[in-house]
Amino acid sequence: MNLGSPSLLDWVEYYRQHSTSSKNERVSDFYRHGVINPATSIGQAPMVAMDFETTGLSSADSEIVSIGLVPFDLKRIYCGESRHWIVKPEQDMTEDSIVIHGITHSNVDAAPPLANILDQVLDAIEGKLVVVHYRYIEREFFNKAVLGLLQEPLLFPLIDTMEIESDILKGRQGFFDKILRKPLKPIRLDYCRRRYNLPHYDAHNALTDAIATAELLQAQIAHHLNPDMPVKDLWA
Amino acid sequence: MQPEQIDIQRFLKRFPPFDDLPDEALIHLAKQIEIAYYVAGSDILNYAEPVNDLFVVRSGAVETFRRNGDLYNRLDMGGIFGQMGLMMRGRVRFPAKALEDSLLYCIPADLFNDYCDQHEGFSNYFEVDNAALLHQSVVDQTNKNDLTTDKAKCLLKRGVVTVTKNTPISKAALIMTQEQVSSLLITDPDKPIESDPEDDDGQAIGIITDRDFITRVIGQELDLQTPISEVMSPDMVTLDENAYVYEVMLAMLRFNVHHLPILKKKKPIGIITLADIVRYESQSSLFLVRGIFAQQSVAELASYAQWIPEAFVRMVNEDANSHMIGSAMSVIGRSFKQRLLELAEDTLGKPPIPYCFLALGSMARDEQLLVTDQDNAMILDDNYVAELHGEYFSALTKFVCDGLNACGYVYCTGDIMATNPKWQLTLSQWKDLFSQWITRPDPEALLHCSIFFDLDGVWGESQWAAELRRHIAIQAKGNSKFLAALARNALSRKPPLGFFKEFVMEKDGRHNNTINLKRRGTAPLTDVIRVHALAVGSRARNSFERLDDIIEAKLLPDGSAQDLSDALEYLSIVRVKHQATDVNQKLEPDNNIEPDNLSRFERRNLKEAFQVLSAAQNFLKYRHTANTTMAGIKK
Repeated sequence: MNLGSPSLLDWVEYYRQHSTSSKNERVSDFYRHGVINPATSIGQAPMVAMDFETTGLSSADSEIVSIGLVPFDLKRIYCGESRHWIVKPEQDMTEDSIVIHGITHSNVDAAPPLANILDQVLDAIEGKLVVVHYRYIEREFFNKAVLGLLQEPLLFPLIDTMEIESDILKGRQGFFDKILRKPLKPIRLDYCRRRYNLPHYDAHNALTDAIATAELLQAQIAHHLNPDMPVKDLWA
Repeated sequence: MQPEQIDIQRFLKRFPPFDDLPDEALIHLAKQIEIAYYVAGSDILNYAEPVNDLFVVRSGAVETFRRNGDLYNRLDMGGIFGQMGLMMRGRVRFPAKALEDSLLYCIPADLFNDYCDQHEGFSNYFEVDNAALLHQSVVDQTNKNDLTTDKAKCLLKRGVVTVTKNTPISKAALIMTQEQVSSLLITDPDKPIESDPEDDDGQAIGIITDRDFITRVIGQELDLQTPISEVMSPDMVTLDENAYVYEVMLAMLRFNVHHLPILKKKKPIGIITLADIVRYESQSSLFLVRGIFAQQSVAELASYAQWIPEAFVRMVNEDANSHMIGSAMSVIGRSFKQRLLELAEDTLGKPPIPYCFLALGSMARDEQLLVTDQDNAMILDDNYVAELHGEYFSALTKFVCDGLNACGYVYCTGDIMATNPKWQLTLSQWKDLFSQWITRPDPEALLHCSIFFDLDGVWGESQWAAELRRHIAIQAKGNSKFLAALARNALSRKPPLGFFKEFVMEKDGRHNNTINLKRRGTAPLTDVIRVHALAVGSRARNSFERLDDIIEAKLLPDGSAQDLSDALEYLSIVRVKHQATDVNQKLEPDNNIEPDNLSRFERRNLKEAFQVLSAAQNFLKYRHTANTTMAGIKK
């Protein structure tokens, strides 16, 4: 498995630098809060699963319309502390995206812009290890949104259940697939979940998907990984 | 504020007890859920550990165990566990293990307790005494039905018309005409009514109907000054005012009477006529029974028998309880026998010696349903001589048993039929045989006990059947060796644990596709009840009536006889409904229930009923093992 490979980033160092270099008070505050100790075992780590619904697939021309968060650890997922926001994008939504996430114009018209709730989102993830399914979406959309609002980039370590799943599948890949370095396609959340006897969810919103992601990580670790493994071997 | 958990909410809404919660409460509950994932084979709860949550299986499967390691339950989607621990000082009572990879919803203990306090339906579900739930469901079912809830007195429209025993026939006839009644009660002023000493008419001692006048007075050209008491019917069938309408109906069917006096503390307060019942219950099995006696040949009877399933379904649709349906179907079955015997005697001539034709098994217990074979036998007069009478009775029994087979009461595979010379015995021979079975309870004898010990005379000298029942009751009561053997025999058919997914769950963890609810449910329960009934010397034929005797004798711990009664009612009614569904779908009715066709509610109650049966078998084992040991010490 590829999970042991060192991260490209040294997150402790990254946080340390940005806690002083960031010009925005809220962003530097976020970094000062610090990153979880990389040696902490995943079984001990406080985590929060996060999911976005966006108006499109590319952060270049799409925006966040909703955010779901649910805190959890390897024992329990705490729905009682979950959060869900619908936010008003700056540009109008296309009909296509409405079909996907079911959030309509009237929903977002009544919703606050991201600027109004960004503080709450940062409060909710501070000090916790963020878990997502397919990290490029959440990382890029969030970074871009914060950059737009606070004129500072905002990056933090992420555990990506899709990457974990793909590593697990790679471990089972045939010899020729490995030789040919055949790239794995993105693996949909629902498809990953089925492999662990996790239920199918009808409701598609950011909160349901965040919970679904948390459940998936619990299942992946229970089946394939050691709860004692340090978080630095899992995050990126 | 916490966001709504729409998916969790929707999921919980599908299962009891959450389906009963008001929407607001359900939404609130779903918001507070915690979720946990367990890999197949991992422990979820260990014995005596603190338990802080109620668990709901969201996906996968979980097994719970008794303390001794026996499988207690297997749960799939929607299944709930941990409640016993939560209610018993927060310690795990039934350890739980994931059978498959499972996702569980956990409801924190505080929230669970709040909901139990605030929502009655919710807390009822978690009653420690699950048998109470079964009882509630049986009561709910019964309450829907008029026949079982309406008392006989509600049919009484006018006071009763009485004359004293010395009234001349002519005067009695005049009173009947003036009062426009079709029957009179005859009272005896020499027998005062204890509850009402002021009433100097005295107790009712007989009845006369307009039809009696035609046959007994006019037909016989009697002197019109004859006292009425000489022509009345002294053997009155009466019922207390608190009897239910269906009991009146059944008494009329059973004793073939059309007028039935109703008494209040022995004082007659009215007469219910067949016409009253028919008006009340225009589509009852009464019509069917009356029709049976109008059929003139075996062929006609066989064709008429096709109406039985329809009458059965009608009763089921009217929400009759199992006792009613069982009694009505038994009356119908008995009537077919009686009519066949009438026809047989018409063909073969009057019998050379008296005899009694016996119904055995479910018909004798008044617990017959649709799928049934014929179990019958015959008591012959002690003057029976094979050379003289054998031919007549073999022709008679062949006529009846063939006829019953033609009418859908198929031949008994075990050859327990009156045609079998083994089961054509004189009264003395029967008594000897029963004594022998009781004193030497070998396996074959025990096998016979469960069939022959439920016996009823349907034709001829039916008092002989009562005499045999008395003989059995006296011999069996207190015979601990026999009762112990019978008890062991009653343990041979074990109920299943319950249901799991689309399967019947066996105690050893096996799965079956269907369950025979008679073989695995009602029959073993009836066996248990029979042992207790014999132990207390009950002579009742019907299981529910046997339970009344058992309750009166205080044989069982408080409430457990009621539990048995509820369990029997529930198992029977599910069988009944299953058969009715088969009839409606034009399928051959049977006793095989497919778990797929049961609602969650039915599954739950059936499971409780199985548990009551299982507990009753355990009690029987304990009780009669103890008895045998004591008997051993006495020697």
